Amino acid sequence: MSNTDALLSVRDLRKHFAVKGGVLSRVIDKVHAVDGVSFDIGAGETLGLVGESGCGKSTTGRCILRLIEPSSGEIWFDGADVTKMDATALRSLRRDMQIIFQDPYASLNPRLTVGAIVGEALTIHNLAKSRRAHEERVVQLLETVGLQADHMRRFPHEFSGGQRQRIGIARALAVEPKLIVCDEPVSALDVSIQAQVINLLEDLQEQFGLTYLFIAHDLSVVEHISTRIAVMYLGRVVEIAPARDLYDTPLHPYSEALLSAVPIPDPTVKRQRIMLQGDVPNPINPPSGCHFHTRCPIAKPDCATRVPELRESRPGHWVSCHYRG
Amino acid sequence: MAGSTPASLTADTPAAAVVAPRKNRPTSPWQEAWRRFRRHRLAAASGIVLLLLIAVVALGPFIWPVPINEIDFAAKLQGPSWAHPLGTDDLGQDLLARLIYGGRISLAVGLAAMVVAVVVGVLVGALAGMSAGWVDAALMWVTDLFLALPLLPLLLLLMYLFRDHFKRLFGVEGGAFILIVVVIGGLRWMQVARLVRAQFLSLREKEFVEAARALGASKVRLVVGHILPNALGPVIVAGTIDVAAAIIAESTLSFLGLGFPSDIPTWGSVLRDAKDYLDIAPHWALFPGAAIFLAVITINFMGDGLRDALDPRRVL
Amino acid sequence: MAEPLLDIRGLKTWFKTDDGMVRAVDGVSLSIDRGETLGVVGESGCGKTVTARSVLKLIDMPPGRFEAGQILWQGRDLIPLDETEMNKIRAREIAIIFQEPMTSLNPVYTVGDQIAEVIELHQKLSRKQAMVGAADMLKLVNIPNPERRVHDYPHQFSGGMRQRVMIAMALSCQPKLLIADEPTTALDVTIQAQILELMQEMKERFGMAIMLITHAMGVVAETTQRVVVMYAGKVVEEAPVGALFGDPRHPYTQGLIRSIPRVDRSAGRQARLESIPGTVPSLLDPPPGCRFAARCRYVMPACTQAIPPLKEVAPGHKVACIL
Repeated sequence: MSNTDALLSVRDLRKHFAVKGGVLSRVIDKVHAVDGVSFDIGAGETLGLVGESGCGKSTTGRCILRLIEPSSGEIWFDGADVTKMDATALRSLRRDMQIIFQDPYASLNPRLTVGAIVGEALTIHNLAKSRRAHEERVVQLLETVGLQADHMRRFPHEFSGGQRQRIGIARALAVEPKLIVCDEPVSALDVSIQAQVINLLEDLQEQFGLTYLFIAHDLSVVEHISTRIAVMYLGRVVEIAPARDLYDTPLHPYSEALLSAVPIPDPTVKRQRIMLQGDVPNPINPPSGCHFHTRCPIAKPDCATRVPELRESRPGHWVSCHYRG
Repeated sequence: MAGSTPASLTADTPAAAVVAPRKNRPTSPWQEAWRRFRRHRLAAASGIVLLLLIAVVALGPFIWPVPINEIDFAAKLQGPSWAHPLGTDDLGQDLLARLIYGGRISLAVGLAAMVVAVVVGVLVGALAGMSAGWVDAALMWVTDLFLALPLLPLLLLLMYLFRDHFKRLFGVEGGAFILIVVVIGGLRWMQVARLVRAQFLSLREKEFVEAARALGASKVRLVVGHILPNALGPVIVAGTIDVAAAIIAESTLSFLGLGFPSDIPTWGSVLRDAKDYLDIAPHWALFPGAAIFLAVITINFMGDGLRDALDPRRVL
Repeated sequence: MAEPLLDIRGLKTWFKTDDGMVRAVDGVSLSIDRGETLGVVGESGCGKTVTARSVLKLIDMPPGRFEAGQILWQGRDLIPLDETEMNKIRAREIAIIFQEPMTSLNPVYTVGDQIAEVIELHQKLSRKQAMVGAADMLKLVNIPNPERRVHDYPHQFSGGMRQRVMIAMALSCQPKLLIADEPTTALDVTIQAQILELMQEMKERFGMAIMLITHAMGVVAETTQRVVVMYAGKVVEEAPVGALFGDPRHPYTQGLIRSIPRVDRSAGRQARLESIPGTVPSLLDPPPGCRFAARCRYVMPACTQAIPPLKEVAPGHKVACIL
């Protein structure tokens, strides 16, 4: 997985949340939200990060931006370790790394005008020489994402979900970042609006040479937009592969089940569905050995004791399973 | 549309003009709240009555330039008449003039004590809400401690202990005013602090705050620009109710003789002086009582209206 | 043909708001036959949920009101019925499950209590018998250890398990129609597959009809026999599922189907997705004519003048478009 051209390299990232309890609210347990995640993202590519709720994909995204402090591990971005950055270094990191959120309603401050929201980064980082330059840049950003100049005086509640998501994208673009973490950017949108936003993200990537970490639970969306895909289960990456490879020949039994569970919008397609039994186990006490062994259709006794390593089964196709690949 | 790269962006824009589905709609959330407040009939009417009351109290001395301490034993304990619209007291002093003067003090005390309570409450609540761990725990411990204090006895004790110091420092009237405001406000900030802390705890997890952090915003900017403006709604409501509570507290103090010096009329002290003459001159107690009642109830109704208008579920 | 189980005719459910009348459901007609699964699809605000709730009269009135139309349940109009009569139909004949199973269950009662209450109320059984019935229902929906879990509270169940509990509760009186309002939207994809399979199993077992309300075209394609597509309070297309996906006639349906990325086709980055420009129009004073006209690629002057009626273009395939 060593990739010297990688823009971002995550190595053995862990995030444990303390669970407090008892009279003295002592730490009685830990949630292993992210439990040793490693991956690379090359400049200009889109890495899709998929998994079901609670698998740690959003926490991973926020750790990379240090919006959440990682417990351990390394995050190399542009030759520097993000986990060791001080406040000043972190501030300049914000100009290179941005985030787009899932909920277009919660992610915009309802008290600010759209102009103030989009222009905030310009003020924080002194990116505009004058008031006029500031305003021109805001207008330019709004137009880049398909909104209009006169929208800058309006407030977020006057916009639809898709338009709000465009505002959030304009805000992220203001600092001209290299990497954008897209945290379920289309999950809250209607189908017809999803396509608009996905197309916009693709256009922007082409136009500005952006790199995306695209977090989503919708496999069809991820497949569409990603160059490579990492599948997560209970805080660990179980498989990383080029998008095409993953969909044609998924190696990990979880990826396989996940793919087969996606409903296909075509009644003539009939597929064999791999039905997983039960629910995702509690991340406070994840199963021993391979986290997936409790639901795995091909589990063998030693899966409960040995933790599988992520290894390269074919060029570029990494899987963490004792019996596949 | 497949294949048309940036062109499809512009193709999307004509429909973007469908923004703002409702016509003539005010834009900012504050304007929106104001619009809803005006629709709340009881609150709007209360607001008008309260404004009138404030206008009378503020402009009264110019319209009714009768001195508050002109003693006229010939006209003592008279009921309402043209010469004395609200009657007179046992020294024949004009009640209208005294109530106007007293109203200035009562309302000023109410507003000033509210400002003290809100400022202290917001500071404590914001500090607790932004800092996790022992700072938060300590501040909330202090807040709970203050909430556990018996208010009235403490008020009386503080007034009794510090009255003379303040008189020496700020003069008779000024000293009493500052002491009363500080004591009342200083014992009423806890609710605000708890509200603000709760708001901060939930708001700082909001994605728009996270977005601002991701942009590199400093802590001050996060608090002042993003968290505080969204936390103000409930604080305004609590502050409104605090004005009413402070007016009552001041009246109680004056009624018990521990407020302003006895020669300075306030609504509470006029009520106290009237209590011995209830059967001979009921008007004497009635008018200050009515003034307190009117001020407090209109303020509380306004609080209700503000609560509806600033309901965060409707703003966010 | 026999009389349909449910026949909605020209239903208009409007809501009075501060800003005027919102025409959430504006002249919707659809019918469901016995044992059939009907999909009702559309985006948020298209009126699909209001239509579903109107059937059980679960709309708050005011602000809502039935402006026009009939809801014929086995030939009998439900609109004039009072609460007492409606309660005889709710749960016993028509049951509903919602999107968010956590908020649909009362957190202070055990799930056994909640299911038993429904059984007790409608089947006139004793509490003890009803509790046994509740455990049987949990077993039926494949909840492990049902005898023990009837004594658990809703928060002790995961999202998927809660939706199973909701289904158990809905089926406890063996209704003839199950209205499922976005039953899997809040669930993960592997759990969604489990729930959809369970619904299919239950349907075969009890022979009930299902009205499946959803925005997910994939779910519709895999589970329904007939589909009604709604847009801005109106039905724009109605067809057997094969015809709808094979030969969609309404430009909105076409756009909807084409804008979905497909897992099964051409892996890797595909060509651009097709998107429908613009946003859903306001239901407050909607424009005259076709509601989709502002976003339609084939729009003609005639489209903005009159509302196109739903007309049959092939057997069972109706479209509201002048094309």
